[in-house]
Amino acid sequence: MIASRWFPVLAVIAMVFFAGAPLMIARAPYESTMGLVQKIFYFHVPAWIAMFLAAFVCGISSAIYLFKGKKLADHLAVAAAELTILFGLIGLVTGPLWARKAWGLWWQWDARLTSALILWMIFVAYQLLRQYGGPGSDKLAAGMALFGMANVPFVYWSVNVWRTIHPTTNVVPTLVPGMSEAFFWCSAAFILMFILTLSARVKLECHRAAIDRLYLSLDD
Amino acid sequence: MLVVILLAVFLQTLTTSSQNLFGSSFTPLVVHAEQTQPAQDEFVPIDELPPEDQLPAAPLLIAAYAFAWIALLIYIWSLWRRLGSVERELADVARRINNRAD
Amino acid sequence: MTATRFIRVAWLIVKKDLTIEARSRELVLTTLFFAVSCVLVFAFGFVRDQNPIGEAAAGILWIAIAFAGTLALGRAFERERYHDVLHALLLAPADRPAIYIGKLLAVICLLAVVEIIIVPLISLFFQTPIFRHPWLLGLLLACGTLGFASVGTLFAAMLVRARSRDVLLPVLLYPITIPVIIAGVRGTVLLLQPEVDVIMVRAWIGMLVFFDVVFITLSLWTFEPLMTD
Repeated sequence: MIASRWFPVLAVIAMVFFAGAPLMIARAPYESTMGLVQKIFYFHVPAWIAMFLAAFVCGISSAIYLFKGKKLADHLAVAAAELTILFGLIGLVTGPLWARKAWGLWWQWDARLTSALILWMIFVAYQLLRQYGGPGSDKLAAGMALFGMANVPFVYWSVNVWRTIHPTTNVVPTLVPGMSEAFFWCSAAFILMFILTLSARVKLECHRAAIDRLYLSLDD
Repeated sequence: MLVVILLAVFLQTLTTSSQNLFGSSFTPLVVHAEQTQPAQDEFVPIDELPPEDQLPAAPLLIAAYAFAWIALLIYIWSLWRRLGSVERELADVARRINNRAD
Repeated sequence: MTATRFIRVAWLIVKKDLTIEARSRELVLTTLFFAVSCVLVFAFGFVRDQNPIGEAAAGILWIAIAFAGTLALGRAFERERYHDVLHALLLAPADRPAIYIGKLLAVICLLAVVEIIIVPLISLFFQTPIFRHPWLLGLLLACGTLGFASVGTLFAAMLVRARSRDVLLPVLLYPITIPVIIAGVRGTVLLLQPEVDVIMVRAWIGMLVFFDVVFITLSLWTFEPLMTD
């Protein structure tokens, strides 16, 4: 996809979205109890949305690779796992920065934060396995990614099942008009960024696989 | 899979207690005074606290956005570099194969 | 493959592992000793007024189970690798999930022996009344061990042919089994309170059962493609 004509189009659209984000966020109304610091919401939640999306892409492509053996699915899984770590890191840093002001502490071991951290760590473990597991680690990592993907619904619903300090999933559906525009704008920006970086990363993996094949044919 | 979904629903009905994951109930939080004032015993709304007890929000907000931007930019830059070096290596190997074929 | 053949294959594998264990006792003794040392190290690591902290007992129990379990899993499959047994097993006309269940049951038997020794030991060291609700405690331990072992057996089998397998097994296993450990510890802590909240203990057991179902389903589903080259 990166070589296709859609990539520059999407890249420009993504730039526009990100450039417009500060404007949209500044225009959004203040939230009554938290004030200015609540505006971290416009990057924090979209980052986690992108992370969940990446985790799903990784899990589904891992399943396809495991059961159908398609190499492209493996490349997609590797790329998506890296992006899961990236967007998860953004979410894990913006969250405590917000929490410090809103809740008075950096971190709390409630169901949402704990399970989100664990989900992130599963994909870090995936990355370690891919890098240091040696031959055959592609299939093993695919199995790992399936467990990771199974965790995502747990993380999402944890905040509704347990009473936690973290807001429930009721927030986004009930956003007031000024906030919802900014939120959906930023979500679109992050999802576009996810698609772009995913396609670039997949291209990198495909090139690497091509190099390996060419080296093998060189040895013959 | 149906069993899994049923169990999830069952869990939802079970765990609507007022305890968080670690069993301690959630009490309202207070920003503690760092200096010589005695610790507060009751809940005080955050806008009634004296100004020196309140955290400024702007640095946290800026830090959050700065981190998100910088992380994304660093990743895109690293992708760019890796793609460049891999494409060069690919061209190199393809050239070597062509040379050998001739 | 019919159900009876499935059960027969699984039972044969359990019998094989238990027979080897009964003769050499290598895994059982080393794992047991390791678990006891683990308990001691943590008991002396968490002290207040020169005495082990009673509240730490639940956590130390589950940490010992997790660490000893990781060691046992690694050693159990190392044994398979040594004599190329796993390869032979996979070549045999046996359903892969049956092999998985057989290995899982063997690991659970091993961990059960370890827990039977460790739990009274913890009760002794920390002077905690851990046996007031023995059935609840047993159920909690059984569900937790099953959850831990189900993922552990899958990953240990997967890693048999991988590089750096000794360090990779805990690296992969712990993030996924942390929820099981959390539920186990919270349930055990409740059982150690002066007034036991039986309803909450049952809730944590319910969560453990939920994880067991998810993990075993996923493991059974992925064991076959993961073990083929």
